[in-house]
Amino acid sequence: MTAPKPEQLVQIDYGPPQRSWIEPSASFRPGTYSHAAHAKSLAYLGLPNPREWRPAEEDWKLPPDWKQIILVGMKERLEKYRSFRLFMDICVRCGACADKCHFYLGSGDPKNMPVLRAELLRSVYRRYFTTAGRLMGALAGARDLTEDVLKEWFYYFYQCTECRRCAVFCPFGIDTAEVTMIARELLNLVGCNINWVQEPAANCYRTGNHLGIQPHGFKDSIEFAVDEIEEITGIRVEAPINRKGAEILLVIPSADYFGEPHYFTLLGYLMLLHAAGVDFTFSAYASEGGNFGLFSSHELMQRLNAKIYAEARRLGVKWILGGECGHMWRVIHQYMDTMNGPADFLEQPVSPVTGTRFENARSTKAVHICEFTADLIHHGKLKLDPTRNNRWNVTFHDSCNPARAMGMFEEPRYIIRNVCAQFHEMPANTIREQTFCCGSGAGLGNDENFEMRMRGGLPRATAVRYVKEKFGVNLLACICAIDKATLPPLLEYWVPGVEVAGVHELVGNALVMPGEKERVRDLRGEPLGGEPEHA
Amino acid sequence: MSEARVFFGVVVPYAALLTFLAGLTFRVLSWARSPVPFRIPVTCGQQKSLPWIESSRLENPFTGWAAACRVALEVLAFRSLWRNQQAERAGARLVYEPSRLLWLAAMAFHWSLLTILVRHLRLVLSPVPKAIAGLMSLDAFFQVGMPVVYATDVAIVAALLYLAGRRIVNPRVRYLSLFPDYAALVLLLAVAGSGILLRYFLRTDIASVKQYALSLAAFSPQPPAGAGTLFYTHLSLASLLVAWFPFSKLVHMGGIFLSPTRNLANNSRAQRHVNPWNHPLPVHTYEEWETEFREKIKTAGLPLEKE
Repeated sequence: MTAPKPEQLVQIDYGPPQRSWIEPSASFRPGTYSHAAHAKSLAYLGLPNPREWRPAEEDWKLPPDWKQIILVGMKERLEKYRSFRLFMDICVRCGACADKCHFYLGSGDPKNMPVLRAELLRSVYRRYFTTAGRLMGALAGARDLTEDVLKEWFYYFYQCTECRRCAVFCPFGIDTAEVTMIARELLNLVGCNINWVQEPAANCYRTGNHLGIQPHGFKDSIEFAVDEIEEITGIRVEAPINRKGAEILLVIPSADYFGEPHYFTLLGYLMLLHAAGVDFTFSAYASEGGNFGLFSSHELMQRLNAKIYAEARRLGVKWILGGECGHMWRVIHQYMDTMNGPADFLEQPVSPVTGTRFENARSTKAVHICEFTADLIHHGKLKLDPTRNNRWNVTFHDSCNPARAMGMFEEPRYIIRNVCAQFHEMPANTIREQTFCCGSGAGLGNDENFEMRMRGGLPRATAVRYVKEKFGVNLLACICAIDKATLPPLLEYWVPGVEVAGVHELVGNALVMPGEKERVRDLRGEPLGGEPEHA
Repeated sequence: MSEARVFFGVVVPYAALLTFLAGLTFRVLSWARSPVPFRIPVTCGQQKSLPWIESSRLENPFTGWAAACRVALEVLAFRSLWRNQQAERAGARLVYEPSRLLWLAAMAFHWSLLTILVRHLRLVLSPVPKAIAGLMSLDAFFQVGMPVVYATDVAIVAALLYLAGRRIVNPRVRYLSLFPDYAALVLLLAVAGSGILLRYFLRTDIASVKQYALSLAAFSPQPPAGAGTLFYTHLSLASLLVAWFPFSKLVHMGGIFLSPTRNLANNSRAQRHVNPWNHPLPVHTYEEWETEFREKIKTAGLPLEKE
């Protein structure tokens, strides 16, 4: 599979086609969809209809009563989620959301307009659950549930990254993420899921993390990081695993200890926690903060997330500190306490260094590491030398979930301003609550979906190019593991010359640890230069 | 009374009102019956976290009151629509220009509609309350024409024409529009148009209309003999609109108050949100995990619960 060149891909036609959207039109062109989930992952998780199948083939091997299953599932969810029922009823098709979706901006496909993405489901809702739809059919925008409609759902609901940007602009707050989550649940009922979601979920269920790393492998990679820090700083930091009685359980996305550039962020956390003298432990059983269950169903999200509280209880920690990860924080912030709480066996988080009580986390007992670090810096507890990051000219990419499902804008920016000399914002329409997705979230960051990822990431990349050309930005900082995995190829494709880093990598570079040897290399092993590379 | 007069003057308005009330109650109850299992506000401003970081209380409310203010801002000023912008590709660049005509038209339409409805209350209230009389003179502020032209009459027609024109002219919006979208606009235009004709051009005897309205309100309907076809057309179109309301997208009026991405405080880490149907699900327990990986855990030198 060869991907089209950037100059070809950017020739996007926003003119809608002749054919009405009512006719199902998914065509499974290589590069624009994800592979189906393997039977073994579904079987391991006890999910319906495990089998080997391919989206591009005619026969999807659906259960004989698939239609009934979907309609019953829809009815059940209409009764369980006010969001779903309301969002099926109140859209006025004003079109304000239309050009807010990165997949629409990158593809020009009208079914990527959030309103039409939802209409794909709404049309079936009207046909089977409203009088007007039953009586008037297509005239009222209703259509029968057919295999082609189901295939279209699969194509387009796995072409939404649940980033919630459209929901910022919708006058009624209709949230396509919510619609997509329900649609994916329905697809799951008949076994239509993608491998990049279900295999990590199955791995996480079994081993404790998405990558399927077993306890000894986890220990090895953490040890490796400790060795690396010793080489760079001369200091051997503590990184205990499954240690009972620690004050804090540290939960991070597994990519942090197996991927690059995530790994440099891990080094940053460990150095920070050592320098601040924090008593913490990792857990090999709950060695994943990310939660691919979120991209599959509420149930799977709950089942994977359960490990964090279970392990906090078993280890007897006081509270939980969470690393840099976007959808992990959607789950911790908006779902964890409701699904698997109450966390009455934990204590309200208090920073052991500054004494700050994290009032905003008094029920969940989970604090974001950016909140923790910003508090440390604010109280002057860290010695920082921003010149060590002088080779970087930084911009900050707000990751969708910390932005639109938390509102964590200032904490990471405050940290960056304290650890870097050069920082420039991207244009206002592309940051904070209006931030653009990397185009690869919600399980879509796989190789086979490459073209669609490059399309979805176009608006983000375009904004990066703007600050690169205007200010000489050469590093994009972010606080999301999926960003760190998928933005490097995206920027390589659209804006070569801009690298990606976690905020705590920059913290690790700038941090002057008590008793450290003279630093000659940064966390990437590059020589520390004195002067900025880009004036 | 002729049969036609009874039908259009008595049956139609009462049936429409009944349908409206029953339909809307059914709709709102059906929404309210479905619980809100998770606290899922869409945050559009800085969260409340550390005391020295200023949080955005309206765009990211931390309390129920602040969330109510956020909803009020949506309902009264269409806050989210105000953000609207148009994305355009300029070569390899994407440009986002503020695009607020839609906001303006939506505000003009909804506020005019409300003013016109309140103005109509003068017909069923005797004496006319001061507030309504005041609103009417405000609406007639420009003192143009005879009878004096209400600003909202002009605004509502202009706004509806813009909204209809936009659906037809903008290819994107045309593509996603459905028959009911046009039908709603046409019906609203017809109601407004017939009302304007009644007031400015083919004037009806307003005293007898008021008498009739009062009789409707007193549940002893006396359809006026003096009112002509145009009056009954206006009344029937308005009745049709009212009756259709609960079964169409027009119910977005009720829905906005219930929207969980807007009406909830973003305090889910500070205050536990309870899901009424939450239940335990199968999980992979620590014990199962330790049993499966016992040897590897031991070799790695990690502590075990059971040796």
